[in-house]
Amino acid sequence: MSAHRLKLFPKNGIRKCLTGIDGLDQISEGGLPEGRATLVCGPAGCGKTVLAMEFLVRGATEFNEPGVFIAFEETGEELSQNAASMGIDLPGLCARKKLAVDHVRVDRSEIAECGDYDLAGLFVRLEAAIKAIGAKRVVLDTVSSLFSGLANVNILRAELRRLFSWLKSKGITAVITAEKGEGKLTREGIEEYVADCVILLDHRVENQTSIRLLRVIKYRGSVHGTNEYPFLIGSNGLSVLPLSSLRLDHKAPTQRIPTGVPRLDTMLGGKGFYRGSSILVSGGAGTGKSSLAAHFVKAACQRGERALYMSSERSTDEVMRNMRSIGIDLEPFVKRGLLHLCALRPGTFSLETHLLTVHNLIKTFNPKVMVVDPITNFVSLGTHAEVGSMVTRLIDMIKSRQITGMFTSFTSADSLPDFSEVGVSSQMDTWLLLRNLESNAERNRGLYVLKSRGMAHSNQIRTFVLTDTGIRLLDVYVGPSGLLTGSARMTQEAKEQAEATEREQRLKHKGSELKQKRQQLEARIASMRSEYEFEEKSLLTDVHEMEMRGKQIALGRVEMSRARKADRIRGNGRGPA
Amino acid sequence: MIPQNRKSKTTTATGESNGEKYVLRLYVTGATSRSRRAILNINAICGEHLEGKYNLEIVDILQNPALAREAQIVAAPTLIKLLPLPLRRIIGDLSDTERVLAGLDLKSEPRV
Repeated sequence: MSAHRLKLFPKNGIRKCLTGIDGLDQISEGGLPEGRATLVCGPAGCGKTVLAMEFLVRGATEFNEPGVFIAFEETGEELSQNAASMGIDLPGLCARKKLAVDHVRVDRSEIAECGDYDLAGLFVRLEAAIKAIGAKRVVLDTVSSLFSGLANVNILRAELRRLFSWLKSKGITAVITAEKGEGKLTREGIEEYVADCVILLDHRVENQTSIRLLRVIKYRGSVHGTNEYPFLIGSNGLSVLPLSSLRLDHKAPTQRIPTGVPRLDTMLGGKGFYRGSSILVSGGAGTGKSSLAAHFVKAACQRGERALYMSSERSTDEVMRNMRSIGIDLEPFVKRGLLHLCALRPGTFSLETHLLTVHNLIKTFNPKVMVVDPITNFVSLGTHAEVGSMVTRLIDMIKSRQITGMFTSFTSADSLPDFSEVGVSSQMDTWLLLRNLESNAERNRGLYVLKSRGMAHSNQIRTFVLTDTGIRLLDVYVGPSGLLTGSARMTQEAKEQAEATEREQRLKHKGSELKQKRQQLEARIASMRSEYEFEEKSLLTDVHEMEMRGKQIALGRVEMSRARKADRIRGNGRGPA
Repeated sequence: MIPQNRKSKTTTATGESNGEKYVLRLYVTGATSRSRRAILNINAICGEHLEGKYNLEIVDILQNPALAREAQIVAAPTLIKLLPLPLRRIIGDLSDTERVLAGLDLKSEPRV
């Protein structure tokens, strides 16, 4: 992880020291100034100690930089207990010489001041601790306690200044915490001499939910995010959001993954969604958004991929029961650890807390696909801008991990979808729209691909049917009066069937008619032929007779001439034998 | 480098007090002028006000950082009155005798 981040933030200019804290390294473009002191200020209970502690612990465990924690407020045991609540084994780290904790108690009630003094005691103890473990990082939490314990402010200021330059000379990266003052960053004006980097933490309550905010006020010699970033303290420590929104440099995988509904894959260029893309499924009540999501999740689990399903309005049991009714049994996947179902109630926490929950789930479960069903339930938790920014950060988070995310969105009206209310549609790669199509006194479901970036996709509306074996997409019938669905479609189909049968019969009929005609004609041809033959015969007979008659005439003539003793006639006049 | 030994310097009590012993410890940082001043001052005060009933130990925290941690030393010089209770800390070069006496509960707080 660290190597990856180092590459992301090349060290030009001043050297930086990675904190390992989610988000803070991104905002500060690579961490705190190395070998210098950073002031973390804010009111009581804003998370200064947690930030400081995490800086040390992560330094010790992730970057092999041991650290010294000088605690002015809490004893070693108290710190250990607090750290344990974040899953940090402080005594263990101390035993392995990764960390040293020294509780410096300054109790004004037992201290009397008499004459000139310095803070050599603190220096000596700090130096001893640094030497003992070879510390690279130091935390002083909080120096404000010194001011409440000791009266001579002039000495304190001079000594702190000396302390910071001493730490700098040792090349130690220090985090110094201080209480926020009235109209000033710190009550004691410490920011005046710890000036390399100042981080302000704040804690506010808006809409009855509390929000923690972090802002880098100043960072000498470095670019940094200047906004107020929400941050959270969870069981995994501190997370600053946005987690990686400063840069848009996600990889864009070209691998495609099935949607879980084969005919939907066909609609999406035949291959389904891109891996790592975000899909928005929007539609009104009962249009089958969750069912589509369940298919998607099931397909992922069948491929052996981990899937995270977050339901924001139904319990996990309800989700399983409902999906069983359309023939999707998610339970085996849950048992095999492939599917993690979790129910989030939007109202319980602030948006940021939810985002953190999701973030931590993703981090620990490491899913390949995830579903938030529906994402619109979070709208009530903040202004549109806030929800939009939450979704942005969520998409950012999952994209950077190449997780394919499906978000369902409830649109109240079936009119043309206007998702600008959450303002995220533009961030989605694929937008599937489910619609109720009302006609002929019935309601049917329709599905179409409103957009799908980077792939050819069908522009047709498909009829979407929920059966007890899952979703089926049926062919569209586009009749003269538009798209036909449901029973109208069936009527149309029956009508077509009848027409087809009729056509076939007519064809058959025409066929036999033709045959008959042919037979008739052939019969006529035959009779005509016999007539002809008859006529021919009689004509031939006539011809013969006439020939015979001619011969006889000739013969008669010969006989006559012979009888008349006439001259021999030319030709074949022969006398009788 | 420190004129006084690390061993306790005890003067046997001969005075009129009820025999209550003062156990004092002075934490200094090497032989700086401030350290020296503090040592001179506490010796003078003890000699004058606690003759024979005190036990003073001088600790150099540069030599023994662990002792500084153990005794929760932040500032130097620091004089700790371990006994009689309550525990008291006086920080500084102990140049103001009145204040030191007040800190040791030998006199009431000097007027400001």
